[in-house]
Amino acid sequence: MEKDQDKILNEVTQSEYKYGFVTDIENETIPKGLNEDVVRIISQKKNEPEFMLEFRLEAFRYWQTLEMPKWGHLNIPEIDYQDIIYYAAPKQKATLDSMDDVDPELKATFDKLGIPLDEQKRLSGVAVDAVMDSVSVKTTFKENLAELGIIFCSFSEAVQEHPDLVKKYMGSVVPYTDNYFAALNSAVFSDGSFCYIPKGVRCPMELSTYFRINAANTGQFERTLIVAEDDSYVSYLEGCTAPQRDENQLHAAIVEIIANKNAEVKYSTVQNWYPGDKDGKGGIYNFVTKRGKCVGENSKISWTQVETGSAITWKYPSCILIGDNSVGEFYSVAVTNNHQQADTGTKMIHIGKNTKSLIVSKGISAGQSQNSYRGLVKVVKNATNARNFSQCDSLLLGDKCGAHTFPYIQVDNKDSVVEHEATTSKIGEDQIFYCNQRGIKTEDAIGLIVNGYAKEVLNKLPMEFAVEAQKLLQISLEGSVG
Amino acid sequence: MLSIKNLHANIEGKEILKGINFEVKPGEVHAIMGPNGSGKSTLASVLAGREIFNVTEGEVSYFGKDLLDMSAEERASEGVFLGFQYPIEIPGVSMVNFMKTAVNEQRKHKGLDPMSASDFLKLMREKKELVELDAALANRSVNEGFSGGEKKRNEIFQMAMLEPKLSILDETDSGLDIDALRIVANGVNKLKTKDNATIVITHYQRLLDYIIPDFVHVLYNGKIIKSGGKDLALELEEKGYDWLKKGENL
Repeated sequence: MEKDQDKILNEVTQSEYKYGFVTDIENETIPKGLNEDVVRIISQKKNEPEFMLEFRLEAFRYWQTLEMPKWGHLNIPEIDYQDIIYYAAPKQKATLDSMDDVDPELKATFDKLGIPLDEQKRLSGVAVDAVMDSVSVKTTFKENLAELGIIFCSFSEAVQEHPDLVKKYMGSVVPYTDNYFAALNSAVFSDGSFCYIPKGVRCPMELSTYFRINAANTGQFERTLIVAEDDSYVSYLEGCTAPQRDENQLHAAIVEIIANKNAEVKYSTVQNWYPGDKDGKGGIYNFVTKRGKCVGENSKISWTQVETGSAITWKYPSCILIGDNSVGEFYSVAVTNNHQQADTGTKMIHIGKNTKSLIVSKGISAGQSQNSYRGLVKVVKNATNARNFSQCDSLLLGDKCGAHTFPYIQVDNKDSVVEHEATTSKIGEDQIFYCNQRGIKTEDAIGLIVNGYAKEVLNKLPMEFAVEAQKLLQISLEGSVG
Repeated sequence: MLSIKNLHANIEGKEILKGINFEVKPGEVHAIMGPNGSGKSTLASVLAGREIFNVTEGEVSYFGKDLLDMSAEERASEGVFLGFQYPIEIPGVSMVNFMKTAVNEQRKHKGLDPMSASDFLKLMREKKELVELDAALANRSVNEGFSGGEKKRNEIFQMAMLEPKLSILDETDSGLDIDALRIVANGVNKLKTKDNATIVITHYQRLLDYIIPDFVHVLYNGKIIKSGGKDLALELEEKGYDWLKKGENL
């Protein structure tokens, strides 16, 4: 019986990665290696003001004093930081006046990824900042948004056009001293997205950044900074893919969110970096620091993530709840298959009074993968009436994978309530047979069951992406069967 | 439509079915009765294609095709329906979604286009009434939090939706009170046509007061030890199984 089930699961978990192609485009790269000169070159290439170079250099010097963290439930091979290219840019005109100026190869690439850069082609109201390797290729709907006072542009552009905002907020949520990868990113980051929603404005469309790694031997280090002023609202989505390569590639990003009084920021991620092949060869190492700060009263930050990619994922989107009555949410579906490893979760730091947080984590492990939830709920002494509820579920497919839960709870306020629930389940042979008996094939049955299990989180995604994510879950777990 | 010859099956090496023979023709209702552990549910599972059972001997032909050669989902699409004794819960998957997937998979198998959303919902409404199923049930997850009676009615509802040629109802009466039993039986009777057939597996005669069988088979220790008309069920109700078992031992 076990054997049969394993056979079925084996068949359906041989996944194929759809986005593994490479775009043939001329690149401008700098030599491999990392030192102060490289940091200076990156800053110079971006024509950055002095304060940026200073920030980078301080971060780099700090990084040199650090060692790679080892506390994750991960088996991370030695990374040679001198063997990585820290800057690679597809060659094209420096400034783009219209779509006609975008290299057709690049356009085709993003079309193939389902991210048309042509505004006319976009059906839904989604503005996109498309980032390939180290630079932003194109930001759509920028002008329409500007009419409302919304700034949505690449990080490099923000540095040029809005240095005061960048200077004020960059590093205010994730300082470069935060951790090893945050320091590395702060030293060498090359682009990313910047978004500013002015007071009282409800952003009328989804904003999104699409990250694509293309060049070989490079690392991608981008930064996203979102500032929501009082009474504003924005929903933000991030997507990512990379070519199929035998070598591992490093992705170390930072996302910082600031929510002021009554502001709400929804940040959704569909992470689909190349996970490596079925023998565990290749794939992206995804070491990301994502954090939001609910500064103002009644503010709210909500993280939703669907994690299907990467060989190794190390990521804890967190909320610091400073403003009274502020709310932090974390909804996560993390799928690991074959030899993937994920150590992901969140941190909810309750500082203000009546702050609330909700954690819903759904892990799905298949193949020989290891999937860990790691979360911290911290309530400081003055956070009267703080509330947290955590639900951590694990679903196992097969018997060679592992699911782990590491919840940390620190409560220093006696009026607060913290609850944690956890379950582990397996897809039963009886469930699959029940579906089969109604005419549903095994791979569709697994897709149905997995999507049902993850529904609570998928429902939190913006409509357009919920459908995508659903398909992605199915693809991640299913083979080329049928 | 169904012809079973000398069917033997085991689970993990333990032989459960030890040579089953019988035939089902369109329009017929067959009842299979027998004490606990006689192999009734195993027979139902084997016919539906559950892979945890190994067929070691015998053949089953279904409309002239080798049934044992088909996968469980093929059998379903070819019109074999199993009403489960213990319907399975699938958390997070709504009945609507589940049924839509099943109906459209079966249509695909027949070379038909998927049903439109409005046609599908209309069909659901119609069939729900047949088993007096609460409308809200359709939006709930498959069997999750359903009462025993609701689960059984939900099985008949699915049968109504899928319009099978051969329905095998495994202990559909167990755990039902008399009202629920009547509803379920009514549903089954309404679905009966001259082209489809039903195999009713049951412990008790009382279901057969509502669903009148053409044939009654007694299964004991993996074999059919007696077959007869509907009167055999009454005789069993009166005398129990012991007189037959004794016969078997001789």
